[in-house]
Amino acid sequence: MATIVSKKKACVVNPLKASSPLGAALAYLGVEGSVPLLHGAQGCTSFALVLSVRHFRESIPMQTTAMNEVTAILGGGENLEEALTVIQSRMKPKFIGVASTSLTETKAEDFRGNLKEIRARRSELDKTAVVFASTPDFEGALEDGWARATAAIIESLVQPGPAARTASSRVNVLPGVHLTAGDLDEVRETIEAFGLTPVILPDLSQSLDGHVPDAWIGTSLGGTSVGAIGAMGEATHTIAIGEHMRAPAELLHERTQVPFTVFETLSGLEPTDRLVSLLIRLSGRQAPMSLRRRRSQLVDAMLDGHFSLSGRRVAIAADPDLLTALAHLVTGLGAEVVAAVSSTDRSPALARLPCSEVIVGDLGDLEEAAKEANAELLITNCHGQPAAARLGIPLVRAGFPIVDRVGNSHRTSVGYRGTRSLIFELANEMLADDEHHHSTPTFSEARHDDATAAGV
Amino acid sequence: MSNTLKARIAELFDEPGCATNQKKGAKERKDGCKKPLLPGAAAGGCAFDGAKIALQPIADAVHLVHGPAACEGNGWDGRHTPSSGPTLYRLGLTTDLSELDIVMGGAEKRLYKAIKEAVQKHAPAAVFVYSTCVPALIGDDVDAVCRHATAKLGTPVVPVNAPGFAGSKNLGNKLAGEALLDHVIGTIEPDNTTATDVNIIGEYNVAGEFWQVRPLLERAGIRVQACITGDSRYRQIASSHRARVNMMVCSTALINVARKMQDRWGIPYFEGSFYGVENTSTSLRTLASMLVTRGAPEALIAQTEAVISSEEAKAKALLAPYRERLTGKRALLYTGGVKSWSVITSLKELGMEVIATSVRKSTSADKEKALEQLGDESALVDSIPPREMYARLARGDADILLSGGRTQFVALKARVPWLDINQERAHAYSGYEGAVALARAVDLELSNPLWADVRRKAPWEERG
Repeated sequence: MATIVSKKKACVVNPLKASSPLGAALAYLGVEGSVPLLHGAQGCTSFALVLSVRHFRESIPMQTTAMNEVTAILGGGENLEEALTVIQSRMKPKFIGVASTSLTETKAEDFRGNLKEIRARRSELDKTAVVFASTPDFEGALEDGWARATAAIIESLVQPGPAARTASSRVNVLPGVHLTAGDLDEVRETIEAFGLTPVILPDLSQSLDGHVPDAWIGTSLGGTSVGAIGAMGEATHTIAIGEHMRAPAELLHERTQVPFTVFETLSGLEPTDRLVSLLIRLSGRQAPMSLRRRRSQLVDAMLDGHFSLSGRRVAIAADPDLLTALAHLVTGLGAEVVAAVSSTDRSPALARLPCSEVIVGDLGDLEEAAKEANAELLITNCHGQPAAARLGIPLVRAGFPIVDRVGNSHRTSVGYRGTRSLIFELANEMLADDEHHHSTPTFSEARHDDATAAGV
Repeated sequence: MSNTLKARIAELFDEPGCATNQKKGAKERKDGCKKPLLPGAAAGGCAFDGAKIALQPIADAVHLVHGPAACEGNGWDGRHTPSSGPTLYRLGLTTDLSELDIVMGGAEKRLYKAIKEAVQKHAPAAVFVYSTCVPALIGDDVDAVCRHATAKLGTPVVPVNAPGFAGSKNLGNKLAGEALLDHVIGTIEPDNTTATDVNIIGEYNVAGEFWQVRPLLERAGIRVQACITGDSRYRQIASSHRARVNMMVCSTALINVARKMQDRWGIPYFEGSFYGVENTSTSLRTLASMLVTRGAPEALIAQTEAVISSEEAKAKALLAPYRERLTGKRALLYTGGVKSWSVITSLKELGMEVIATSVRKSTSADKEKALEQLGDESALVDSIPPREMYARLARGDADILLSGGRTQFVALKARVPWLDINQERAHAYSGYEGAVALARAVDLELSNPLWADVRRKAPWEERG
């Protein structure tokens, strides 16, 4: 159990938070033929866009209502209308996801009312699904925007009412924003191994997995289709991954009666076993050989890797659910979380973290706490690099953004295979650091190290 | 937005140093040169973004963003403008306004506390405070808070009034320049001055490019008082008003700074570039001759010529093999401002053909220079929609695209070579050394064997 500590300070030093509208835009990008639209000034979109482009190394369709000082005061209904019709005529999307920003939320406009009127006036938008989520930057962070946008998609597009479960082999998956395209592939393959068909929302594994289409596509390259979203009520079960996906799962349940299970994390043997048990129950099938081999490989990775992680002092900063996943994984291998920093205080999972205290704060807090606790490993996004260099300890990059490494979409951390590769990465990082610091210890140095370790 | 800011923007748009503005009639001039943005089809950064880009390289200052999470959270430490000393400027500081701050009107208090924390913790040479849309909308008096903080804390606290919704990134550059003119330049007298002191304005030391130029200037006997703002220190900029000549390297960005420094302190300025052998030599010559006109010893010219001839000879020898390999290769240039013409010179020096250059972010002077280089009006293009650019590249109109990070995937997805020449570039391409580095980078990209490999058909696409 952890105490949640909010630092009393006016100046954030090295932000850990990526904004809520950016989270919403990413969720919208997991819908097929989509264009996310941020309702704010051009900079709101531009910053979010540039950061996403650098993280994913992909072209990102993301638009703006281009609010200016006049419309910010008088109201942005006209800008929203113009943006929707311009996007519709130029990009021909199947889906436009609108997210508000702090600029438009400060004025507190009636966005939903505006949208309703616009749709009534503009028949050219009839064939485009338009969804709205309220995501002011001053509330929450990436996970909150992602979850709200997913909920908004469910609310607008899923057919309500308890549907006849005609396609009972279907399983809904609501992944958190911390899952990569590679993670989604892992979840999909695990579900398919039981003869079940997953419908993943949002599905970045089809749109931001890094692939080369045969022609230029101006919208998202792929994702969940609007049709498949509409039929999510026909599934036999919903699997939500991460505490922040609980609210969308509950909403889906409310609309469709589809039962759901929230997995706080899918990183690790025990949570993956629980997923597999659920799939055995849902499908009535036994686990196939391929999956049994993967489980065995993960067990072996844990056995091989734990020597390098056991007793290590680890400092982690991330959004709440990623922090939860990482903290449980490393402590499960014998490491100690000596500093935990969360971007927001908005998750009940934080109180259950396996450490004494969780700081709600920034990377400045992480650096201070890591230094004070003599941390040996830092886990956070790429902005942790200067801190890791100053502390002289290795950094394992996790979360968003990671702009200084390639292949972020294919780094995995969930399921049997994903956990296996994360354990290898963590253990190898520690092994490399050991080599770097004490290549061949002399007799006296070795004795000194033993003495230090024993606290002498 | 406050009336002062509105007046400030109107004044910026009526820039006597701007040729386009001078050609306009009185009424047109009054309308300013703001291009209205089309909602749903707008691209590019906001005024705050532009202001931050222009000032952040001041390395011993801290840069504090007054606004909600996104403004700093989504953008901090994103540009590679290295410092040769302090690293304070890389800290991401923000008031991260919450709903409570905004609704209860506590934002000004929070800002003062944040400034105080920053000063106490980091002891910076100065604090730059950037206002953003939300504080501007709720009417925070950032200027007053900064004045109060300066008096109380004894560290200069500079308000930068460029909320995002005021306009484009370019306008933000200029508003940052105004902040320097209002609060920084001329506030400290330099310890010593020489007859060959110059300022380089609008050079941000991206990827360390200014470090390719500074040694050349030093060898020629020209002393850099301040680079505004690449790898600079607060004090250098504060005392830059005693320089003898200003060189402006990014034409539209800080023209107001150059022009007003001429008005206030009589410092003449010119626009030049350090991209390419020819441009570099021309810039060095101009600096030397302007300094001599202003009283520097005549010998400066001979010393400069000596540097030019030895460096040109070295560069030409190093460029020769690349020229042989690159002659006739076709490039599409998609960048902005000064680079829309200065990079053409570099590519032409390599024997390459520039099939088109985008002038969507260029001044009329930039356009004229580009036209002079290319000799064909149709090669000057405005923006090219990604779909069209993809089609042109896919059908082989160009061998390589030179652009910024946002358009790179248009080329890569068409399996066409690409080179980053905008702010995220990892390599420095300025001066003589940079001209060779650019040639090497273009050659490496074009001759990489991967292109043939990735263009092969997949096994299931092959016939028979």
